[in-house]
Amino acid sequence: MSRIKDKFQELKRKKQKALIAYLVAGYPNEKGTISAVRGLVKGGADIIELGLPFSDPLADGPIIQNASYLSLRKGMNLTKFVNLVKKIRKETQIPLVLMTYANLLYRNGYDKFVSMVKKVGIDGLILADMAVEESKDFLNAAHRNNVDAIFLISPNTSPQRITTIANASSGFLYLVSVFGTTGIQQQFKQYTLEAIKTTKKAINGKIPLGVGFGISTKDQARFILRNGADAIIVGSAFLRLIEKTPQQKIETKIASFAKELKKATILE
Amino acid sequence: MKLEYPKNGKFGEFGGRFIPETLVPAVEELEEAYLRFKDDINFRKELDYYLTQYAGRPTPLYFAKNLSEATGGAKIYLKREDLLHGGAHKINNTLGQGLLAKRMKKKRIIAETGAGQHGVATAMACAALGLQSEVYMGYKDTQRQKLNVFRMKLLGSIVHPVKEGTQALKDAINEAIRDWITNVKTTYYLLGSAVGPHPYPVMVRDFQSVIGKEILTQMSEIGKKSPDSVVACVGGGSNAIGTFYPLIDEDTEMFGIEAGGEGIKTDHHSATLAIGSKGILHGMLTYLLQDKEGQISDTHSIAAGLDYPGVGPEHAYLKDINRVKYDTVSDNDAVQAFLLLAKHEGIIPALESSHAVAHAIKIARKMPKSETIVVTLSGRGDKDVEVVEKYLSENVKNKR
Ligand SMILES: Cc1ncc(COP(=O)(O)O)c(C=O)c1O
Repeated sequence: MSRIKDKFQELKRKKQKALIAYLVAGYPNEKGTISAVRGLVKGGADIIELGLPFSDPLADGPIIQNASYLSLRKGMNLTKFVNLVKKIRKETQIPLVLMTYANLLYRNGYDKFVSMVKKVGIDGLILADMAVEESKDFLNAAHRNNVDAIFLISPNTSPQRITTIANASSGFLYLVSVFGTTGIQQQFKQYTLEAIKTTKKAINGKIPLGVGFGISTKDQARFILRNGADAIIVGSAFLRLIEKTPQQKIETKIASFAKELKKATILE
Repeated sequence: MKLEYPKNGKFGEFGGRFIPETLVPAVEELEEAYLRFKDDINFRKELDYYLTQYAGRPTPLYFAKNLSEATGGAKIYLKREDLLHGGAHKINNTLGQGLLAKRMKKKRIIAETGAGQHGVATAMACAALGLQSEVYMGYKDTQRQKLNVFRMKLLGSIVHPVKEGTQALKDAINEAIRDWITNVKTTYYLLGSAVGPHPYPVMVRDFQSVIGKEILTQMSEIGKKSPDSVVACVGGGSNAIGTFYPLIDEDTEMFGIEAGGEGIKTDHHSATLAIGSKGILHGMLTYLLQDKEGQISDTHSIAAGLDYPGVGPEHAYLKDINRVKYDTVSDNDAVQAFLLLAKHEGIIPALESSHAVAHAIKIARKMPKSETIVVTLSGRGDKDVEVVEKYLSENVKNKR
């Protein structure tokens, strides 16, 4: 069983939905990431995505681009990432998902990369630029190492394609809520709700549906969840908060923001 | 050996489609439209009309007699893409894709540019075809190719300087892709080289193949089947693949020339095929300049249009099957060739094209007078005179 699958089952029993938080590993520095993780765990986040920064994050907006850039400049790399995850795993059993771009896996060798991160406690992987047609080697590596391969879909993905992608995915399926890069949205449009509906219908309960990109407030989270999502994924809003917060206050600030968002996931 | 329309866009193991899911329907729509129109009689007619009446095709194949004599060796011919409207081969591609975008009912066109030549060619094609254009350009490049920034604005385009990353071509592509993801329904991404996700590498090659096809016709006019050698510079690889592809089954030696910058033993070059390794960037699997972890390296070339850490996937394939030889020419040798061509032939070449000229001079010396080399002169050098002037004054200082 995977930690991710267990988590969704546990939440179902508790009549809750999932709060998934995204951080850029090594931003603002390694200590800061650990503080943020502690805050997320305290605040009740259910799953944490750790971004391994890539030099050319073409699916990301300015906030994550900037965090990635600073993390890389401070020397973040695979070895440091692995050590960081090791440290985190000493403190918590929260499901951890690694999010990055395809080249970092390709360059290291898919299998070598996946087995390395699995060993220290990564439960799932998301690759922002991995189309399902190109994913054979990635999927083989994920299966061999018992790691969830989480694919993304978008509001313009056809129902037929959603089914294909859902079949390749495990853990959860990630619906990109908007046409755009990661960032903060002022308001969600009708097409996002339609995309949630179409996706729910296409996957027919076979896999949990996470919705992310742009969610930054409790009200937005509630709105997305009420319309059928099983999880909300919040990234840029956490990073924006870290950007504004002095290092020693990261843990408490992140904890209270996570707690606020978590409220939206508890069904009345 | 020709891969006319490779399945799934794969040239051997290279190419493919490594893109965010939002773009999948967009490239599928593009592929469908391209396959529908590429051999359509009306489309071909309209493209031919614009290529001849607007862009100035066919371009001459000029025998550079003075340069050949001064070099002493094979006869050097110049394929004069520099004479095209806009001053570079880029217009071959922008007219083709512009006409396609119109048929796809897309009115907003975005593009990236390095040297500014593709941006200018996009702005021109869009003005002529009644489309709106916006161009992303690395901030560093806007500074060293100021003339082209102003030209784009004159032509009605909006120029977005990109301050992220290395502020060069690769970052302009990143930003254009982000725009495309955001405005995917209304916007056509007019990529300027034979790079990116399938079908771009094939489509751009096809539009640029007019270069190689004309070379073959023009060779037959001087009583030869094909040249003994061809040389073209390689940034993303569009003028080179347009030159090579129609000649692939001929008995012609082919040379693709990358930017050696300050030397391939330094960190300041763009010699992707010469010393790069396989990786995934901008939607394609190809050779890249990257570190051992897969982070993309900073690149350098005196020629902004060659300053790119990747290369078109078909070139990666042609390298691996040994059909084309890829070599490098340094900043300095390119500048020397720039000066030489100006002096001997009264032609000021683009710094990108000067790399090819430099290599042609080098190999011509070792070839008999009876043999011919064709160099694709991808663009003219007006945009580069300031850069060359600065380079020369600094290097005179350094030598003192
Ligand atoms: C004159 C000229 N030649 C060559 C290039 C390199 O592009 P490609 O390798 O796609 O031909 C450029 C790009 O800006 C250019 O302006």
